[in-house]
This record gives sequence, C-alpha cells and structure tokens, in this order.
Amino acid sequence: MPEPSPVPDARIAVDCHGIVKQFGEGPRALRALDNVSVAIRENEFFTLLGPSGCGKTTLLRMIAGFEYPTEGTIRLHGEDIAGLPPFKRPINTVFQSYALFPHLTVWENVAFGLQMLGWAKGKIEARVAEMLKLVHMEELAQRRTDQISGGQAQRVALARALAPAPKVLLLDEPLSALDYKLRKEMQIELKRMQSETGITFIFVTHDQEEALTMSDRIAVMSKGRVLQVGTPWDIYDKPAERFVADFIGETNFLSAAMVGIEEGVARVRLPSGIEISASLAEGYRPAGEATVVVRPEHARMVTTGGQLSGVVENIVYFGTDTHIHVKLDQGSTFMVRQQNSRSKSCGASVGDRVGIDIAPDAAQVLRD
Amino acid sequence: MASAAEIARRDEQSKTRTRWLLSLPALFIVFIAAIGPLFVMLAYSFMAKGDYGDVKPGEFSLDGWFSVLFQRDIFDDTVTLADAHLSILWRSVRLSVITTLATLALGFPTAYFIATRPRSTREVWVFLITIPFWTNLLIRTFAMQQVIRNEGVLNTLLMWLGIINEPIPIMYTDWAILFGMVYVYLPLMVLPLYASMEKLDFRLVEAGYDLYAGRLAVLRRIILPLVKPGIVAGSILVFVPSLGAYVIPRVLGGGKNLMLANLIELQFGAGRNWPLGAALSISLMLLVMVAMLVYVRNATRSGGGHG
Repeated sequence: MPEPSPVPDARIAVDCHGIVKQFGEGPRALRALDNVSVAIRENEFFTLLGPSGCGKTTLLRMIAGFEYPTEGTIRLHGEDIAGLPPFKRPINTVFQSYALFPHLTVWENVAFGLQMLGWAKGKIEARVAEMLKLVHMEELAQRRTDQISGGQAQRVALARALAPAPKVLLLDEPLSALDYKLRKEMQIELKRMQSETGITFIFVTHDQEEALTMSDRIAVMSKGRVLQVGTPWDIYDKPAERFVADFIGETNFLSAAMVGIEEGVARVRLPSGIEISASLAEGYRPAGEATVVVRPEHARMVTTGGQLSGVVENIVYFGTDTHIHVKLDQGSTFMVRQQNSRSKSCGASVGDRVGIDIAPDAAQVLRD
Repeated sequence: MASAAEIARRDEQSKTRTRWLLSLPALFIVFIAAIGPLFVMLAYSFMAKGDYGDVKPGEFSLDGWFSVLFQRDIFDDTVTLADAHLSILWRSVRLSVITTLATLALGFPTAYFIATRPRSTREVWVFLITIPFWTNLLIRTFAMQQVIRNEGVLNTLLMWLGIINEPIPIMYTDWAILFGMVYVYLPLMVLPLYASMEKLDFRLVEAGYDLYAGRLAVLRRIILPLVKPGIVAGSILVFVPSLGAYVIPRVLGGGKNLMLANLIELQFGAGRNWPLGAALSISLMLLVMVAMLVYVRNATRSGGGHG
C-alpha cells in the first residue's frame, strides 16, 4: 500500500486535547480515557482502533456530544465545542445498532435531520433523493425500517447521517453486524462515499483488517490511551509498542541485545548470536535488552544459512498462503508466512531442520 | 393398521378436544358469569317497574329507556328532557376526560423517570407505584377526604403558610371528585406507560439529538409516537373506571354531585326503578364502547400505522 504523503499544514478538523474521562469517584473510579490527544485532519478517513473497552467509543461519543470530558478540550475547526449539546454540533453519527426510527419510513428517516434543520420542503425532497441514490436505496424509500435487511438498514443509516452534510461523520463499528461478504462490499462503498463527499470520517472499529484497508490514518488505543497514530503502513510495519505489534496482524517477537545505533538504525544481536539491523521509533535510543519484531511475511524459510535456525514444528495451509511454525534452537517459536505457488509443497515437512532468513529492514525495535 | 395420515388426523382431533376441555372453565365464566347478567339487565330494561322495586316480569315497557333522557310531568304529561340525568351524564364525561388528561400529564414524567433509572432500581420504583393497590379503595378515598376537607392537611398547610386566610371548600365539589379520581387512578396510567417506555430504545433518542432535534422535538417526534401504545392503554384503563366511578363521587362528592354509577345505584335502591337502572347501566356501557372506538381509531390513524 502506498503511503499517503503526510501534509504537515493540513487543516485540523477535530482536535482532541488532553481528554480525560472518569466514571465515578474515589477508589472505584474508572478512567475510560486517560490524557488522550489526537488531531484529525480535514477530509481524512481516521480510524480509532482497539479492543473492546479501550475507550474508542467513549471518545467518539464525546466528539458527538453524548458524553462530556472530565478534563481536556475538543475543538471543531478551531472552535471549542465542549459546551454544545449534540443537536447543535455539525457532526452526525452512524450508530452501531443503526438506530433507525422504527415509526418512520426509509424516506422519513433520511429527511429527519433536514426537517429538524428547517430546510424548505423542495430542498429536502431533492436532498433525500440524492442521498438515497448515493446508497442505492431509491426503490425502498417508502418501506418501513423493519422491512429491510441489515445491509440496507446500514445504508439508510449512512444516508441519514450524510444528508445534512455534516463537517464530520462519526461511524461506531457500523459494519460489525454484517456478514463477511457484505462487510467487504461496504468497506469499499464507505471509502467511495468518503472521497465523493469530502467529509471527514472518524471510524471506530476493533477489526484491524478493516482499519488497515480503509483508513488514511489510524490511532491504536488500549486501556484509555492512544499508543500510536499513523498511516496503516506505519502502524503495520513500524509498530512502536508491543501492544500495537501484537494487536495488528501476526508478529514474531524476538528478545535481542542492543549493540549500537547508527543514523537512527539499530544493530541488534539475535539469540542465535547473529547481528542484524533493525529500525527504531523516532527519538528512541534503547540500550541493553530489547524486543525486536519481524512480520511473518518478511521472513523466508531457507534450507541452509539464515539468521535463525530451528526445526519445523507445524505447517498450516491457508489457501493463499502457508504458515510454517519453526521451533527455534533457543526455545521460542517463529512463524513464517509463505505465499503458495502452483507447486504443491511448501518445501519442508514437519521435523526438518531449516534456517530463517529475515529480509533487510524487516526488523523493528519495540518501545517497551 | 391405521395409515400415517389417519394417525395424524386422530392426533389432531384429540388435541382439539383437549383444548376445548381446558377452555371450558374460562368459557363458563365468560358466558354465565359475565355475559349472562348483561342479558338479564337488557331484559329488565324492557320491563315495567314493580311497585316496591323489582320488575313485573312479562310486562313489556319502554318507560325505563324513555326515562334515561326524558321526563314526563306528573300533572300535565308534557315531555321534557331529563335535566338531572343530562347534567350527571355531562359531569361524568367531563370529570373522566379531565381525570384521564391529568393522570397522563402526571404519569408521563413519572413513567419516564422510572424507565430511565438503572435496571436494578426500576423495580423498586414500580413497587412503590403499586403500593396504593394494597389498600381498599374506600380507605384510600377517606384518606383523600382527610387531605382536602376544611380542617384537612391541605387547607391547614396553606393557612399555616399564610397563602390563604380561610379554608378553601373542596369537599363535596367536582374538584373533590377530580382529586380523588386522579389519586386513585394514577397508577393505572403509570404502569402501562412505563411498560412501553421501558421497551423504548434510548439510542433512538440519541439519534434524534444527533440529527439536530432539540429536547421538545425529540419528545414530540420520537418518544411520543413510540410510546403511543402505552398512552392508549393507560387512557383506556383510567377513562373506563372513571366513567363508572361510584365510591369516589359518593364519598367526596356528597349527595349533590352524583356521577352515572351513583345515579344507577339510586334507581336500584331508593328510586325503586329497576328498568331505568338497567337502561342507564347499558347506556353507560355503550357510552364507554363508543368512546373507546373513537379514541382507538383516532390514535392508530395518527400513529402512521405503527404500534
């Protein structure tokens, strides 16, 4: 995936600064968000990614106005919106449950926000028609919301939230209720709508694959904190912390010893005694013991040589690729992902002694 | 050997028989204990009245039905509208409508409050609402009397606060009946309202706020349409017994402020006019049925076909 060039002077749409959210008081108080700061740029597809309970939905609800921060400020295009109720914020939400009004038709649902804004009748009709066309729901405009499928309800929720042309659209795990195939389709649809409308999308998900395929930038969250903000490429290839590396995709962790740092690149000694280069998070200068991560597809199984060696423990066939688990001589297990080719064999069988060749620039030192 | 179809048919038959057997007690109660007496009433209303109460069986007469709305002067036989009956009818309808509206106005916020409490405490609130049901209606009505009589709690309090100098006479007025009915029938409004509000998905309220609806718009456009079944049920549960209220107007309204049920009771008692009493009873029933039909039809029409 090509890395979108970062625009340093891009205008900031939503600026959350020093957000703390505490539920309850005293020793039983729960910190849902602990000093969170993120700046979301205009026209950006920004994703809050993390496991359930990491605070991503709480942050989203604060931007929407359903919760108020205990500490910190939220600015929309430079303007502090902390005191504004949700119905005065030019921000709309696609809810996880869609929250379509069951007593209204599809058409009335989409028109609701426009009616509340006091648009003229003709203008509302034109806008609703435009929105229903955007989500391919023109034919079902007069249906009641309990007479449409989950995927269709999802489209209606999207049309309803986009109709008032909000400055920012919030999406709270909108695809989680859809089946796999529909989810894939909607991911592409959402991306298309974001580029067509030019609206800033803030997307919440716990699905790392979804985050990687759709986002311009991702904020990885855990336990109320933002661990890393970056492009999908940054997050996947240059994870700064163990949690990020572990949560996104599959990773091999190797304990290594720091040898030295030259021009921002570390030399580390692997357990096998071989030294390799590994990239470092900017400004991070560790010494002594360190953890190095290598993605399974950035290593290759070789019959001789390689920086690591071990015995093939398990071979798992996945259709497009094969995972080979190698028990290293030092005890830990290392996984190699190998693209399948027309020739059936992966080149080894369980019990074989093999070497592992790590691609140059593939290793990354974690901030522990 | 019976074929599979034969066995299935027999099984179906025996199931049908069992169902009928099981429903016999219910059918017995409905027909003999509920609908039966209504036919007795209907028959009585078309009979001549006995000299000391009762009816003269077999003697057909329309006097009972005639007297519901009209009266014949005992000296010159001129027919005029029965003013007393009409004013009682008007009072019954008026007080019942006001009671329904007042319980709705008081019950709606109450039900909303309960429905928005945490799940664990909701049951406590519902329990508190049902406590008055444990006490006999008569006792509750006398308790209301203690509140509103001239030397009662309300007047004493108002005088002590210096808001009034002399007690406001509430007892034996329509106000007294109204206070009593609102107090007694309020739980019947709160409970069905709460039942439908508890099912209300409050995420829809959030969605409303998100789509630029202010608090009033959310109430009018989202909450009200969705809890309409509760409003309809609560209104019926309050309006019907209000229209037929007997104890409350008897105790709080005194001898002058009669409602329909008191008038009916009078005919079977001191009035010794059972045919009129029977005709009034059936009139009351028809009145309730017509009111319900009109109300439910209007409510469902404006509900956009939902609920």
